[in-house]
Amino acid sequence: MNKIGLIIRREYVTRVRKRSFIIMSIIGPLLFASFMVIPAWMAMSEDQEVKKIAIVDSSNLFMNVIQNTEYLKFDYLYNTKLNDIKDHFREAGYYGVLYISHIVASEPNSVVFYSDTQPSQATTMYISKAIEEYIRDQKLKAYEIEDLDNILKSVKTRINIRTIKITDSGQEKESHTGIVMVVGYAGGFLIYMFIFIFGAQLMRGVIEEKVNRIVEIVISSVRPFQLMMGKIIGIAMVGLTQFMIWVVSTFILVSIASSLLFPELNMTPTETVITQDIMSAGTVENQPQAPSEEMTELMGAFAALRNIDFGVMLGSFLFYFLFGYLLYAAMFASIGAAVDSETDTQQFMLPVTIPLILSLFVLINAINNPDSSIAFWFSLIPFTSPVVMMARIPFGVPYWQVFLSMGLLVATFLAMTWVAAKIYRTGILMYGKKASYREMLKWIRHG
Amino acid sequence: MDIFTADSIVKRFIHTTALDRVSLSIPKGSIYGLLGPNGAGKTTLIRIINQITAPDEGQLFFNGKSLSPDHIRNIGYLPEERGLYKKMKVGEQVIYLARLKGLSKSDAQAKLRNWFEKFEITDWWNRKIEELSKGMQQKVQFIVTVLHEPELLIFDEPFSGFDPINADMLKNEILSLREKGSTIIFSTHDMGSVEELCDHITLIDKGKTLIDGPMENIREQYRTNTYEVGFQGDPERLKTALNKHYELIDTTREKDLFRVRIRLLHHTTDNELLSLLLPVVHIVSFNEVYPSVHDIFIRVVKENKGK
Repeated sequence: MNKIGLIIRREYVTRVRKRSFIIMSIIGPLLFASFMVIPAWMAMSEDQEVKKIAIVDSSNLFMNVIQNTEYLKFDYLYNTKLNDIKDHFREAGYYGVLYISHIVASEPNSVVFYSDTQPSQATTMYISKAIEEYIRDQKLKAYEIEDLDNILKSVKTRINIRTIKITDSGQEKESHTGIVMVVGYAGGFLIYMFIFIFGAQLMRGVIEEKVNRIVEIVISSVRPFQLMMGKIIGIAMVGLTQFMIWVVSTFILVSIASSLLFPELNMTPTETVITQDIMSAGTVENQPQAPSEEMTELMGAFAALRNIDFGVMLGSFLFYFLFGYLLYAAMFASIGAAVDSETDTQQFMLPVTIPLILSLFVLINAINNPDSSIAFWFSLIPFTSPVVMMARIPFGVPYWQVFLSMGLLVATFLAMTWVAAKIYRTGILMYGKKASYREMLKWIRHG
Repeated sequence: MDIFTADSIVKRFIHTTALDRVSLSIPKGSIYGLLGPNGAGKTTLIRIINQITAPDEGQLFFNGKSLSPDHIRNIGYLPEERGLYKKMKVGEQVIYLARLKGLSKSDAQAKLRNWFEKFEITDWWNRKIEELSKGMQQKVQFIVTVLHEPELLIFDEPFSGFDPINADMLKNEILSLREKGSTIIFSTHDMGSVEELCDHITLIDKGKTLIDGPMENIREQYRTNTYEVGFQGDPERLKTALNKHYELIDTTREKDLFRVRIRLLHHTTDNELLSLLLPVVHIVSFNEVYPSVHDIFIRVVKENKGK
């Protein structure tokens, strides 16, 4: 095995065996899977419990206005004062008390829901929507429009926007802006995180070798450049391994959890689309009540997930992860070589952290507006492109932009490594002397 | 035959010239002392021999061939600042470092097993370096240096951190390595061990070579015409017998035996001194005092300071 291969192997094996790596490999997928599954599960399980809600209506306007759903049952209490029920609604078998004051039409804050648990957003939204619509209808009625009831029925069409993206080859693909944003954000954020975590690991590794003085023994056998590249590549492979473990185990965990928790979701894509079509276009009256709004959302999201080109996503993720890391790794390695201890690194961290944190800010802009000029420029600049471009790719980016951005990134990585190698070569053999930017410039010029 | 030659090596750093036309020839099979005060340029020179850094000017030869990365296998280096990966296991670590030198895995394992048996440390194989005492770490470091059986070994302050027993063991190992045909460059401030081990020395200061050659020649060159006389009798009589051609340096007494050190001045000879003293006291011993390496070191560096 050649020498650089030996170094890569050592870096890889010692790091993968570390307890922290193993713990991260277990905790990561658990966290990601629970981020994906728990909110959906909570939204669903909440509605599966039948809740009885008492209505105390001092305006006397809302009799039979709020319709029962599968999980929400409303009791309109006549001649009951709020104080009679407020303190013992539990004993009476109610989940909560809805109080509507008599000034409800003019004062929007006069509807109060009393309960000893926080009601779900779906519950409060359902109630407020019913009341709003009823008040609006009543106000419309005051204009005495002919045949108003029928007009109202026919205008109440529920719209759920489906976005269909037409790809270059003319195929229609269903996309779902929400899920594309999540995928873009996750991709960019993961790269940001990986660069920081593994860049810092690399820097610590370089400092450790320097402080231990083992570096002198190693570079009496290999060239400093071989040692530096061996470390950089070895740690990159650790990162990739960690990422692969995360992706595969998260996928397995989510699959298991979703088949256990939501068997309804395991429909074929066509079934999903059909049910969705019925739900989105039908008038309120025709709508089957069973699938709740969250279910529709969830199914739409899953359908959209299926339509993101994961081949392209994964390919570009791996590219930007690898070269983004390599670019920053060169910087982290030269910082590690220039200092004598980890506490001295702070003064040099700024040029590394500022573009990284900046790219995180632009990332948020880019997922909301992937074709804005900020997103465009920052997805070309090599120091921010790995994070920002990842956010844009799920939305579809012209090929020339992607290739230009990749080319710039590779070129900058090569230049940065060339500079870093010079700093590294001089720095690892310098002890005691506090390095400064000016000193490092000299190392580059004379190295 | 010289195993290693350096010819007019110049190495400049940003602010200083660390080596200014330094030359040395290291004979095969010698123990070659590389001496010099702190900051003289020894470490830079050692790093150049190890190809850690490249000289700005000058040529280097290993066994008559221009020094190249192929020679890394043939050189073993024990740096002054010892260092190993603290969290790595002993066996794994030594084999890794040996493979970096170019040894095959199976070769390294077999050789390492021999050394471990020799030092009776076989049960350390799976211990982490940080679990070992400092002396134990030193032993591991020594094995790292010699495992690939290099022709040229460079020891920078090898005895620092060793207790006397282990230092002695190390000394014997170094001598037996020389017996087996290795050449040893030995850099230290411990003049006693230089005296004991080295057959060649070079002394550099401020980037320049001040002394270079076989130990006998250097002693010869720096002899001060001083003799030690052991005698019985009256030291006062001896003192009055000495004329202006002799300088009495000191007198010591051990029961009825006296020792004086006398420097001969103005081209007088040892025979003249003997014949002067014979009638005065009863002479028990008579021998020339050669300067110690310590004395030579101090004298040469002081003279150089004046320049």
